[in-house]
Amino acid sequence: MTIISLAGVTKTFDSGYTALRDVNLDVAPERFVALVGPSGCGKSTTLSLISGLDRPTSGTISVRGSAVGGITEGVGFLFQRDALLPWKTVRDNVLLPLQLRGVGGEEARSRVAEWIGRVGLRGFEQSFPYQLSGGMRKRVALAQTLVYNPEILLMDEPFAALDVQTRNLMEAELLTLWQGSRKTVIFVTHDLEEAIALADEVVVMTAGPGRVKARYDVTLPRPRDIEQVRFDPRFTELYSRMWNDLRDEVLESYARANAAG
Amino acid sequence: MRERTQPANRWLVLAMQVALIVGSLLAWEFGVRAGKIDPFFFSAPSQIGVTIGGWWQHGYILRDVAVTMEETVFGLLLGGGIGIVLAILLASNRWLGAIFVPFLVLFNSIPRVTLVPLFILWFGFTLWSKVVSAVVLVVFVVFFATYDGIKDVDPTLVANVRVMGAKRLDVMRHVLIPSALTWIFSSLRSAVGFSLIGAVVAEYFGAQAGVGYRIQYSEAQLNTSGVFGGLFILMVLVFIINLFLQRLQRRLLVWKPVDP
Ligand SMILES: Nc1ncnc2c1ncn2[C@@H]1O[C@H](COP(=O)(O)OP(=O)(O)OP(=O)(O)O)[C@@H](O)[C@H]1O
Ligand SMILES: [Mg+2]
Repeated sequence: MTIISLAGVTKTFDSGYTALRDVNLDVAPERFVALVGPSGCGKSTTLSLISGLDRPTSGTISVRGSAVGGITEGVGFLFQRDALLPWKTVRDNVLLPLQLRGVGGEEARSRVAEWIGRVGLRGFEQSFPYQLSGGMRKRVALAQTLVYNPEILLMDEPFAALDVQTRNLMEAELLTLWQGSRKTVIFVTHDLEEAIALADEVVVMTAGPGRVKARYDVTLPRPRDIEQVRFDPRFTELYSRMWNDLRDEVLESYARANAAG
Repeated sequence: MRERTQPANRWLVLAMQVALIVGSLLAWEFGVRAGKIDPFFFSAPSQIGVTIGGWWQHGYILRDVAVTMEETVFGLLLGGGIGIVLAILLASNRWLGAIFVPFLVLFNSIPRVTLVPLFILWFGFTLWSKVVSAVVLVVFVVFFATYDGIKDVDPTLVANVRVMGAKRLDVMRHVLIPSALTWIFSSLRSAVGFSLIGAVVAEYFGAQAGVGYRIQYSEAQLNTSGVFGGLFILMVLVFIINLFLQRLQRRLLVWKPVDP
């Protein structure tokens, strides 16, 4: 069973730079997959291609068995950068995807209220994004993405800019939400610990042009306690194996950056 | 670390500004009385006051202001409307933008005041010659503000709403236009200023009423008090309009952090 499949995907930008070369990746439904790799290896590009925002130069991407043409249906995308509409209140930001899908009236209102509550922002419905902290904005973005119940969730370093405490809280919240709904998640991160703590499977990418270097199953039992799981011996064992792979790529990526700069 | 500068006390600033105005007017007045300033060329505040008072008694002022405001508002609405629609069209289609924007830049470099006599020739001494004179100034201000506003939009915002299911029109409505609105509002004050300039200049070239007409008429009579009186009325008008626009801007852009 696969829900997302990349076969021989290469992406060369107009600038002539090849960000991805011959990427092959199959994702089973309802899996939580973490994507790690050195900076600039093409993780964000991979998500763009899956969402249908961008097209591969060659190779095919299929979602639910059909090749991606326009924007992929049923996808939620949490961007690396802030993407809330600054001129809409928290409430209107969360309402927007429903509005775009023609969901209105009482149903829309109750779903928006429910999600604002779930991400812990009750009382901030009428605030504008500039009035919120970075962590609160991320939570609004999460509510905005989950309110329309997409089957596939693409998350691009969603918690990278947060402090450690907020980050742990958000990771735990994410796991709870995911366990309740069982979506397919592709979660991009720089942070191996975060990847192992959250995911069923970790995909390590090579320095750019990105390819899949290795895949690891994370068999730690669920539900997991984000804080405690890091002390599990299986966690440390996985960590050191993955770090061996990743370190080579990070060093490679630095060496190239230095040679170029 | 630099110290945070306290904003200047509003009332103190206002008091100093009033003092400055009163001081200059007094200096002007006494300069004339002492024979140092020739009132034929420079008039005097008291004479300007008398002239304005006379206009008021004849009912000229309200009529002139009403006429000029009518032209200004029409010019603003028409020019603003054309500018916004044009900008949306040219910003949302690569081809149209590439072809037409250079022409707009070119037209914008024409000194439009020189066209005013032409408009009077085409439209006569009517409302329309004034409105068109205003429009050719306003269109460009609003066009470039809107166009830049749409082009400047953060691509991540567009990507975000597209993934959520937005079609072209939805992107326009929820992202591009609100983003452009900030720029449109910040161009509003200069747009109003330009509209007024267009209207007044056209009145100056040929009209039966309006503040520009009043200035031109006084000039023809070598009545410097009348010229200054007309300018004074224009100043007050712009001041009131700006106060109003400031309020409006603040209300429409509630989602923006207030400037420190
Ligand atoms: N529109 C573009 N045009 C040209 N090059 C691009 C474009 N977008 C990305 N790139 C290049 O492609 C490579 C991969 O970019 P991408 O954003 O996918 O990296 P990433 O793995 O997400 O990095 P990070 O972890 O730093 O976010 C980078 O070298 C980047 O410079
Ligand atoms: Mg990235």
